[in-house]
Amino acid sequence: MPVTVETPTEKWAGKVREITLGATAAEGGTRTSTVTVGGEGTMPFLHFEGETPHRPVVAIEIYDIAPQDWSPILMDYWGDVVNDVVAWAKKAVELGADAIALTLRGAHPEVNDRSPEDSARVVKDVLAAVGVPLIVYGPGAPDKDNEVLVAVAEATAGERLALGLCEQNNYRTIAAACMGSGHIAVARAPIDVNIQKQLNILISDMGLPLDRILMDPTTGALGYGLEYTYSVMERLRLAALQGDAMTQQPMICTAGHEAWRAKESKVGEGVPEAWGDWKERGIAWETVTATSLIEAGADILVMRHPEAVAIVKKTIDQLVAK
Amino acid sequence: MALTGLQIYKLLPKTNCKECGVPTCLAFAMKLATKSAELSACPYVTEEAKNELEAASAPPVRLVSIGADGRKIEVGNETVLYRHDKTFYHQPGLVVRVKDTQSADEIKAVADAVCGYCVERVGLSLNVDGVAIENASGDTSAFAKAIEVVGSNANVALVLMSSVPATLDTVMPMVADRRPLLYAADAGNWQAMAEVARKYKSPLAVKVDCGDLSALATLTEDITKAGVTDLMLDPGTRSMVDSLQAMTKIRRLALRKNFRPLGFPMISFPGEGASSPLEEVAAASQHIAKYGGVIVLDHFDPTLIYPLLTLRQNIYTDPQKPIQVKPDVYPIHEPDANSPLLITTNFSLTYFTVAGEVEASGVPAWLLIADSEGLSVLTAWAAGKFDAEKIKKAVQTSGILDKIAHKRLIIPGYVAGMSGEIEEELPGWEIRVGPREAVDLSSYLKSLRS
Ligand code: SF4
Repeated sequence: MPVTVETPTEKWAGKVREITLGATAAEGGTRTSTVTVGGEGTMPFLHFEGETPHRPVVAIEIYDIAPQDWSPILMDYWGDVVNDVVAWAKKAVELGADAIALTLRGAHPEVNDRSPEDSARVVKDVLAAVGVPLIVYGPGAPDKDNEVLVAVAEATAGERLALGLCEQNNYRTIAAACMGSGHIAVARAPIDVNIQKQLNILISDMGLPLDRILMDPTTGALGYGLEYTYSVMERLRLAALQGDAMTQQPMICTAGHEAWRAKESKVGEGVPEAWGDWKERGIAWETVTATSLIEAGADILVMRHPEAVAIVKKTIDQLVAK
Repeated sequence: MALTGLQIYKLLPKTNCKECGVPTCLAFAMKLATKSAELSACPYVTEEAKNELEAASAPPVRLVSIGADGRKIEVGNETVLYRHDKTFYHQPGLVVRVKDTQSADEIKAVADAVCGYCVERVGLSLNVDGVAIENASGDTSAFAKAIEVVGSNANVALVLMSSVPATLDTVMPMVADRRPLLYAADAGNWQAMAEVARKYKSPLAVKVDCGDLSALATLTEDITKAGVTDLMLDPGTRSMVDSLQAMTKIRRLALRKNFRPLGFPMISFPGEGASSPLEEVAAASQHIAKYGGVIVLDHFDPTLIYPLLTLRQNIYTDPQKPIQVKPDVYPIHEPDANSPLLITTNFSLTYFTVAGEVEASGVPAWLLIADSEGLSVLTAWAAGKFDAEKIKKAVQTSGILDKIAHKRLIIPGYVAGMSGEIEEELPGWEIRVGPREAVDLSSYLKSLRS
């Protein structure tokens, strides 16, 4: 006897907010391309249920100085361009970056202690060299992050950069800088739905519009807490779809940074034979970290190895195909 | 879906004979509904009523097992769509496919590799579960030969792939005791396939084209009626997006609607929609997260298997209980009273990562594990579960003070900011800041020695 199966569709009251990174000349910036993410009205890629108007995008992460602590696999791949941030940015765009994520590591007091003004100049140089939108991270030392990002925000007003990180105990200065100069704040919470929501509220209460706040749920790499990130992202997306306005921000994940600090990617010697080939393993580690987060609802993936980027972009192609 | 007491009452004899030990059939029905009695206590219940009650209490996704002793794949019995709602219980089996058109040496190499593969992670050993053998030649003797090569060697679960029931019937006596999964029954061959599965008591996969779930449900209804109930579903989708949607629909229908015809675990082929091994890995990782039961890979390469096994372990970790180790003092390489003392949290991943690196360094050391309620260093620190007071408590109550003759404590680099507070809590102690990442511990410990 033929059985008829009805499609089990869920009705959602809300959807993810749309955010556009980058501004063209007509919009007050200098970008030749912009990137819009968000807008999903379904759990990831269930096209029978709701819309996924924008594909997830990949930003390639570069540093303003040659990284000192990156895996040799990455350093070998990029070669000399790591010494020239402009060349590095161009190369990343050639290799398929939808956006550039520039970490101003050289400004760290324990690295080169580059001044805020000089750091802002580096950002301007990169903006001049490539047409894609930029995500700019501070050096990772709270006070210096604030100084540097304020200088960057002012020097690049109107470009609609994403600036990070705004964290629970250090968000005001960066959020205020975004407000005054038309940029987007990246709000990072420590794998926690409630803290994430609270942080989004705090930042929007300062006056930054919600279409200029990205959520960074904090990424755990494959084997290093990925499952926590995965579930927090599913919970945030479900809350967004159920109509909780303060969880409807698109999500950005630092898959490259986390995957490449895992021992599996960083170390080639003295590890079990069952781990296989080092280089391929690193790329696979980053790929699986990134694709798993895409399945959980990531909108922007910040990645490091172009071969992993290529696979992840193909995966995205497949997932958005109707 | 569980029945109410009243619904159960309607199926009982209603004679109130008391033989079940309670005064009335209704009282007995109430006890059944709360699972505080067994149906077998009533000697008068009809066969029909028994079937109906059993069907109603069956789990929404049937538990199916493939294989015998040795490596066995058990999948199904899932209760939630999202792991955060409870947990996923039965991790998917990962199997690697060989074809009977490959040489015996090639087949043997894959079977040996699958059988011998083992990797330790967070104190557990991770394995590949089985080998799928495809009758790609169409020739029964070639198929039998391939099965012999795999079967002789391997203590692994088997999937036998052929669309010809007679072929499976011929080869099954070789391996029937190993309870292989037969792949697959379809609209054209299902009667004969079901006959083979019944004869050998094997689980049977059921396949349709391109995500046609109505056709799939029709087939499973027919096959269950024919007496085969250990089924696995292949909705026939091969691209990532089609698989995601079909597999989500199947699992939703089973869990949300208690739709029996699709209440079975699923089998998938991530390599068939991929154009490179790494793309296969990307698709397989989707199947691990989104409802795969048996995942048939077309490549065996440790480099690609290891991340998948790790992902499977991650996704199938119970989110309600963070894996913890016991807060205690852990000696590594027989430390003495002057060996360095390191402290970290009792999140098991933190413990295993740090202990692994200290071991690899070859430097004898004491590892003190504080009770952070299973949180990692940064998360515990942010939540106030790894603060100066907790560290003081760990130092004073763990018994480490009887074991060492120095007062130097190495703390994780991520909590360097706490060293002043810890010094206040532990007067006379020297607090040293270790590296942020465990991976750098080896060189750090070696530098302490020189
Ligand atoms: S034994 Fe069966 S028939 Fe008798 S009272 Fe109990 S439930 Fe009713």
